[in-house]
Amino acid sequence: MALDNSDIKRIAHLARIEISDAEADKTLTKLSGILTLIEQMQAVDTTGITPMSHSQDVVQRLRDDVVTAANQRETFQANSPAVENGLYLVPKVIE
Amino acid sequence: MEWEVVIGLETHTQLKTKTKIFSGASTAYGAEPNTQACEVSIALPGVLPVLNKEAVQCAIKFGLAIDAEIAPRSVFARKNYFYPDLPKGYQISQFELPVVGKGKVTIQVPAVGKNEAYEKVINITRAHLEEDAGKSVHGALEGMSGIDLNRAGTPLLEIVTEPDMRSAAEAVAYAKKLHELVQWIGICDGNMQEGSFRCDVNVSVRPKGTTELGTRREIKNLNSFKFMQQAIAYETQWQIDTLEDGGKIQQATVLFNPDTGETRAMRSKEEANDYRYFPDPDLLPLEITEADKAAVRAEMSELPEAMKARFESEYALSAYDASTLTSSKEVADYFERVIHAGGDAKLAANWVMGGVTAKLNAEDKSIADSPIDAAALAQLIRRIADGTISNNAAKQVFEAMWSGESDVDAIIEAKGLKQVSDTGAIEAMIDEVLSANQSMVEEFKAGKEKAFNALVGQIMKASKGTANPAQVNVILKEKLSK
Repeated sequence: MALDNSDIKRIAHLARIEISDAEADKTLTKLSGILTLIEQMQAVDTTGITPMSHSQDVVQRLRDDVVTAANQRETFQANSPAVENGLYLVPKVIE
Repeated sequence: MEWEVVIGLETHTQLKTKTKIFSGASTAYGAEPNTQACEVSIALPGVLPVLNKEAVQCAIKFGLAIDAEIAPRSVFARKNYFYPDLPKGYQISQFELPVVGKGKVTIQVPAVGKNEAYEKVINITRAHLEEDAGKSVHGALEGMSGIDLNRAGTPLLEIVTEPDMRSAAEAVAYAKKLHELVQWIGICDGNMQEGSFRCDVNVSVRPKGTTELGTRREIKNLNSFKFMQQAIAYETQWQIDTLEDGGKIQQATVLFNPDTGETRAMRSKEEANDYRYFPDPDLLPLEITEADKAAVRAEMSELPEAMKARFESEYALSAYDASTLTSSKEVADYFERVIHAGGDAKLAANWVMGGVTAKLNAEDKSIADSPIDAAALAQLIRRIADGTISNNAAKQVFEAMWSGESDVDAIIEAKGLKQVSDTGAIEAMIDEVLSANQSMVEEFKAGKEKAFNALVGQIMKASKGTANPAQVNVILKEKLSK
């Protein structure tokens, strides 16, 4: 799969990363290299192998459904740039 | 051209857990903003999600209830997008390997006009666990939005159907059935006002007889069955009109405006659908064993379909009666309590579906608030079955019980409603009426059949409705034929 500069810009935008044209060029080379490597790996026959979703071969432990978190709103909001009536304030978002 | 509408639903059901899906913060509704938003809910750096056992059990219950494949191994994935009510920048959901796979829900579509009622099987594609986002509050301060993260991390089960529905009526019937089912199995409180049960409806149209799916538009966040019906009707007509005018349907997300009854496309978020899902490295695969499933199954009460079949065979009820009585767990349980307290099944069915339901509807109450408990209704029914009171008298007793009197026998006594079945007493009453209504007797003897009913009416009136009508008929016939 061949990438071009506009793909890099788009991926950067999706991740909200600001990227200059020079950085985009460099990233394009690196990312294309990774994709080439993946293409080579595609040649390996993986029939019958369960796809790995985690590097550790263990399963999820579960938590009992019991309230353990206390209200720490004051502490958390002390770090927030703007609060009002207990709400975190952000620039207006309206769909 | 004749058109066919094709509908699929995605329903977000909020699971009835005490805490969030990945943290020990409370999920109680209506708390002060951000007082139930712990460090995981607000996504402080370094925090880790720990999966709630109860949420997993809810998913298993649902899978068992729709006879679905429950994945022995399922995986949580990150769905990436930026929005202020999603502080991590991703929602933890499930993508490739959901916890619940293919299943089935049977719906009852009610009769409309000339169209008869029918049943239909709706295929469920999948159901997956995920976390809810927070809430944005607008208008608190000029140019700003307020963010409340109390809801962030609330466990949801998103239930997705195949595009199997062919009318707004079918979509609403499915949504209602699912709404009953999740409450029946106790995984969701079903409160639509509070957003515990929200539906996204995918609608497309195609020329009738073709099999290719048209381009769909998704109506988001419908939280009432009435709005769902209206939104689908409007959207369907809009798509047909657009196509007939030579236009094309663009895939879009639309919102329904209850004030105008119209659907309108949301301003499309730029690149909104590129979620770049990948397995969440913070969570290990979820394993569900046969033993886990068996343990959950053992705790579950009888499912509505099974109970309906049992009501038909055990109590000899019609399919319609059995279906009505199992439309909610509370009603079904109440009905069975009446029977266990000694009430005849057919009478119990009639009284629960008739008198009790009518009263509850009129007063907008649920059966849990019924002033007549199951034991009291059973007592009333026993008095009808053993001939102590007639059906008509029972209605008066029922009214008295509804307004707070409790002892059935005391009410019957006080109101003098006891049915007279003593032949001697009835004969005496009949003789009295006959001698007072000689003209009617002669009319009857002259061949006027109607006069007989008029006489019965007079006798019942004289007895204040307490004479056993069957006996009155027999004795009167005897006397007149002499």
